Amino acid sequence: MSAMDTRHGIGVSPGIAVGPVVQVRPPVRPPDKEPATADPAASGKQIRRVLESVAGTLESLAGRAGPTAQEILTATAMMARDPGLAAAADKHLAGGSGPATAVDAAAEEYCAMFSAAGGYLAERVTDLRDVRDRAVARLLGLQDPGVPELTEPSVIVAHDLAPAETASLQRDLVLAIVTESGGPTSHTAILAAQMGIPAVVQLPRAVALDVGTILAVDGSTGEVFVDPDAGTEATLIARSERRAEALGATSGPGATSDGHPVALLANIGTADDAERAAVLDVEGVGLFRTEFLFLGQEIAPTLEEQVAVYTRVFQAFGPRRIVVRTLDAGADKPLAFADLGSEENPALGRRGLRLSAERPELLDTQLTALSTATRTTGADVRVMAPMVATAEEAAWFARRVREHGLPVAGVMIEVPAAALRSRHVLAEVDFASIGTNDLGQYTLAADRMQGELATLLDPWQPAVLDLVAAACDGGRDTGKPIGVCGEPAADPLLALVLTGLGVSSLSMAPTRVPAVRAALHLHDLRTCTAMASAARAARSPRDARDAVLALANRLMSDLI
Amino acid sequence: MSPSQRTVTIASSVGLHARPAALFVQAATATGLPVQIGKVGGDDPVDARSILGVMALGAKFGEEVVLTADGDGAEAALDGLVELLSRDLDAQE
Repeated sequence: MSAMDTRHGIGVSPGIAVGPVVQVRPPVRPPDKEPATADPAASGKQIRRVLESVAGTLESLAGRAGPTAQEILTATAMMARDPGLAAAADKHLAGGSGPATAVDAAAEEYCAMFSAAGGYLAERVTDLRDVRDRAVARLLGLQDPGVPELTEPSVIVAHDLAPAETASLQRDLVLAIVTESGGPTSHTAILAAQMGIPAVVQLPRAVALDVGTILAVDGSTGEVFVDPDAGTEATLIARSERRAEALGATSGPGATSDGHPVALLANIGTADDAERAAVLDVEGVGLFRTEFLFLGQEIAPTLEEQVAVYTRVFQAFGPRRIVVRTLDAGADKPLAFADLGSEENPALGRRGLRLSAERPELLDTQLTALSTATRTTGADVRVMAPMVATAEEAAWFARRVREHGLPVAGVMIEVPAAALRSRHVLAEVDFASIGTNDLGQYTLAADRMQGELATLLDPWQPAVLDLVAAACDGGRDTGKPIGVCGEPAADPLLALVLTGLGVSSLSMAPTRVPAVRAALHLHDLRTCTAMASAARAARSPRDARDAVLALANRLMSDLI
Repeated sequence: MSPSQRTVTIASSVGLHARPAALFVQAATATGLPVQIGKVGGDDPVDARSILGVMALGAKFGEEVVLTADGDGAEAALDGLVELLSRDLDAQE
């Protein structure tokens, strides 16, 4: 299977499926500056024709739907045919709007009215927006957005799925769901698991897959094989059975076969994530991303709001450790209330701790909230800063953390400078966690957002492993623990390498923990160390992986 | 000739929403007349052929609405619509 195009996402709903790709199309918006219509009367007629055709489509969908969906779709068809909607669009046409803009604005007027009314009417906004999105697409000569009607068993591929889209899938024709974004705790993941549909999220370049391409999807490992060989499905099924057996055989804290401990932790982003992860067999949180509290907000979250969220997260984990990363935002993830203006190179700009240095009041409020929640819950909280480059920055952050009465301060190592100089950086703090995604981006000078550069961003790049080794050397010299949070921690094979390099905790999507735990259990520390040396001695990512695989227990093939 | 008018109390337990609203709008459209519906003492009446307008009207169970229509057959058309609104349309089937 090695010659195939094999991609790795995050498996969020177990099961094996093989079938053709059907792409979910995102809704299209009217063009930003759609020219005014030259002939409002003709455009009005065009809009009515399009709305009528949308109504026809919805009615034909209704004809094949179950009773509940049928009623909703029939009512939605009536909305498309509503004379009031067309009349409202006429007004916008007369006011100088283009046809797509006119329909969009007319529908939004009703949506606003319905939202304001609340209750049943507010729930109809989704239906009206469905009409709007189909009409706008058709006016622009495009296909309807959303999940296309399935004619054969298919693998649904999307950027991300809205809850309504997931819920409305034709279950009997959906073999698997694959999304390019979305997390392990997204609605897609939860609903897919509930429906028993194999699902993989965060699959690189999923949206670019051609419709009809055959995919073999392993919802446990997150692997997706493009144009698989004939025997792939049977191989995957046999493997998944062996894998389930291997995963079931271990539990509890992570350790190598000779008892060297490696803490297995969860990455979380919200209080809901925390509560879902806390019931799983994990030793705590290795990365609590606090951005969700800030991003997309008009004003900074208040102290009280933050205390409430942190308290929920801390309570969920009881005595288990929680590593909190302070606000990681900046030019590429701008904040309305802390906009530093646009920058030429956002990834190299005032982001992470650099933003906190410009707007210390944001950091102070966050630290005060963390301190309050820590005191009231008695939780084991450790706070770390993102995007630290120098020992001075680490010292500045640690001082602030301690001034707020928080006992444990750390830094992310994601800038090569911090990895190379980790001895000095670590002298200022209590621990460090390596953010491998950014470390890879900065080491290879390859933008993470640039899909074409995926090969450079391979987590097996020996140069990145060298930097991890340098960071771990500093850890050994200072006696401070080094963790890894990021994709490589969740790769069972690479997790062994990281352990061999000296990493003492691995933080990942919580669903990935069992495979990593099983991998550690199959190897002793000496083997991990040998793997680390072999990987660093290799000249390319592929060579590194092959060299490590050659040293691994043969049962590993079922886990990766 | 002045427009015909009827006052009727909404009998559907869910109000003029969902299924009852859809049935009413279909019936009003079928009359071929520009029927209007408004709440007694409420704001401006709305086009009874507009599902969005009728839903937004938000007439609840037990509330009185006024139906207005003009033209040939308006009387008979309104009688039919009054009969419809006097039944609990959600209770069928």
